[in-house]
Amino acid sequence: MNLDVLTYLFVGLSFALYIGIAIWARAGSTQEFYVAGGGVHPAANGMATAADWMSAASFISLAGIVSFAGYDASGYLMGWTGGYVMLAMLLAPYLRKFGKFTVPDFIGDRYYSNTARTIAVVCVIFISFTYIAGQMRGTGIVFSRFLHVDIDTGVLIGMVIVFFYAVMGGMKGITYTQVAQYCILIFAYTVPAVFLVMQVTGHILPQTGLGATIQESVNPVWAGKPVLFVLDEIVQDLGFHEYTTGTRSTIDMFFITAALMAGTAGLPHVIVRFFTVPKVRDARASAGWALMFIAILYLTVPAVGAVGQLNLINTINGQQGEGTPYPQMPQWFKNWEQSGLIAWNDRNGDGRVQYASGDAFLGGKPVLTDKYGDLGQRLTANPMIDTEASPGFDPALQPYANEVFVDRDILVLANPEIANLPDWVIALVAAGAVAAALSTAAGLLLVISTAISHDLLKKTLLPEINEKQELVAARMASVAAICIAGYFGLNPPGYVAATVALAFGLAAATFFPAIFMGIFVKRMNREGAIAGMLVGLISTMAYIVYFKFMGGAKEDLFMGISPEGFGTLGMLMNFMVAFIVSSATAEPPEDIQALVDDIRIPRGAGAAQNH
Amino acid sequence: MKEDQAVAYWRENIGLIIRYLIIWFVASYGCGILFVDALNKIHFFGFKMGFWFAQQGSIFIFLALLVMYARSMNKLDRKYDVHE
Repeated sequence: MNLDVLTYLFVGLSFALYIGIAIWARAGSTQEFYVAGGGVHPAANGMATAADWMSAASFISLAGIVSFAGYDASGYLMGWTGGYVMLAMLLAPYLRKFGKFTVPDFIGDRYYSNTARTIAVVCVIFISFTYIAGQMRGTGIVFSRFLHVDIDTGVLIGMVIVFFYAVMGGMKGITYTQVAQYCILIFAYTVPAVFLVMQVTGHILPQTGLGATIQESVNPVWAGKPVLFVLDEIVQDLGFHEYTTGTRSTIDMFFITAALMAGTAGLPHVIVRFFTVPKVRDARASAGWALMFIAILYLTVPAVGAVGQLNLINTINGQQGEGTPYPQMPQWFKNWEQSGLIAWNDRNGDGRVQYASGDAFLGGKPVLTDKYGDLGQRLTANPMIDTEASPGFDPALQPYANEVFVDRDILVLANPEIANLPDWVIALVAAGAVAAALSTAAGLLLVISTAISHDLLKKTLLPEINEKQELVAARMASVAAICIAGYFGLNPPGYVAATVALAFGLAAATFFPAIFMGIFVKRMNREGAIAGMLVGLISTMAYIVYFKFMGGAKEDLFMGISPEGFGTLGMLMNFMVAFIVSSATAEPPEDIQALVDDIRIPRGAGAAQNH
Repeated sequence: MKEDQAVAYWRENIGLIIRYLIIWFVASYGCGILFVDALNKIHFFGFKMGFWFAQQGSIFIFLALLVMYARSMNKLDRKYDVHE
């Protein structure tokens, strides 16, 4: 069987499985639709949380970011896992005891205010939509590369599948589908990683293979030396910064990591997962399970990144480090050249491909044409990068100019090809990437539709609707949300990567402090919480929009903090403003203080309640 | 449940959380960011220690923390008879 047939088979089978589960787990009540009836086993819930959490970005992009940024990318690894420690100890068990369906539910009830609830709904919708656009796009990319349909068709197929199980099954359908999706995605991620690391180091576990030594078959010059030390040496020879140390300032690293952590703990589609387990103790256990399932992938990522980078340099520059003649480049290089994610610019005209620091093309990205050069390489329309006035690189720092553009996102997708693995592994990776994108998209869609049908309609605008009507509204909201998400997938805003900063920054600056204070600070009142959330929301939004989308200059950054890290500052301001305002206004009513006392005690959680 | 019992339970709970969060902070922000340069001077099994903490070590510690936290909380719940 050839690769195409295998890929159709694997992706098709996985889709059949998801739809089968959706039919089996149809939701009959709002409780089943919103929180799966509150009866999911903690391990299953942990697995579903892991699938929900690990998006197209984790599956496709994270290893690529680590591979090309080295230590600088550590904030993602620590932030996206350490957030679960905050979630488990500071939020999840208490929210489970509170026992409602949504994050705006908690904010609205705890701060006895529909204004607070509405602000929360706006934040939920904003965070979830920025997040979902990237998922639909990720699905589209995988479809277009592996199934040879165009990206738009790929997005439409993804929409139909998600529509099917999210609208029918609600949280119940989603939870059990996500369990299946986790199994597929983790298998698809680790199998090629095991082979890749084994080929280079002879070590079977990628999680520990990161520290292993290189085998002679890879490159005799490196034989017997540890991967990371060799990598440090060779990237510096090529003019890059050392792999294992950072280029960011300590304070910037600190703020970025903290924003990603608090953002993780405050993301509504993650929090809502902890409403689905039967008891408070299950919520704590479930966070541990979730982190374990996530860690299997996240501990693999640094190995895939480092070994991937080593392989890339070794393949392109060759064992002597002089570059490889283009006709001798492996097939995967040429395959990805066709999709425009790899491009070669023979700047010194020696017919060899060379990889080093710096842009290979003027303007960074290649502008593809349909023409091919003498050696068969795809030509681009970028203007000449080397001119008399600017030769383009410093010969004192690196032996040659960089001639290769490599899109970071291809690292994981190209791994099976780089490691010469059989076709079924490539097909599996395609199914895994689609699973990662769809599981996250479904979780987000549910949060959006719940925010609309439950928080906005039932709790604010139309309190007289009955449960059946609410369920209909929830399904209609899902349909609308899928259509909007699909629109973003078809017409992606050119800043999908930048929106991640926005989603995490906003979650860190609004939800995390509001929920945390709601549990731990009994004195926190309506006025304080609303003022805090507004300050966090507006300052973070303004900073990120100014520096990410309006071209704010690097020199103007506040204390050198990147937009990705501003959520931490927004969070601190939220806390400060909330404390000042609340101490100047009346304390919350008796029944609210009793509510806070109640959520602090595990006993008597019962099922998640509608009212 | 009596009020003083509830207060004592909550105080012990906070004490536990603070102790665990100190470890959490030292493992990630401490070893992975603030003291990373100093720790990088120590090499073991082909790793620089600071880099290892930043990319893998902290994750192992997070996992251990969550397991221990769930255990101690279950014990605490039982002690104050607030378990489910």
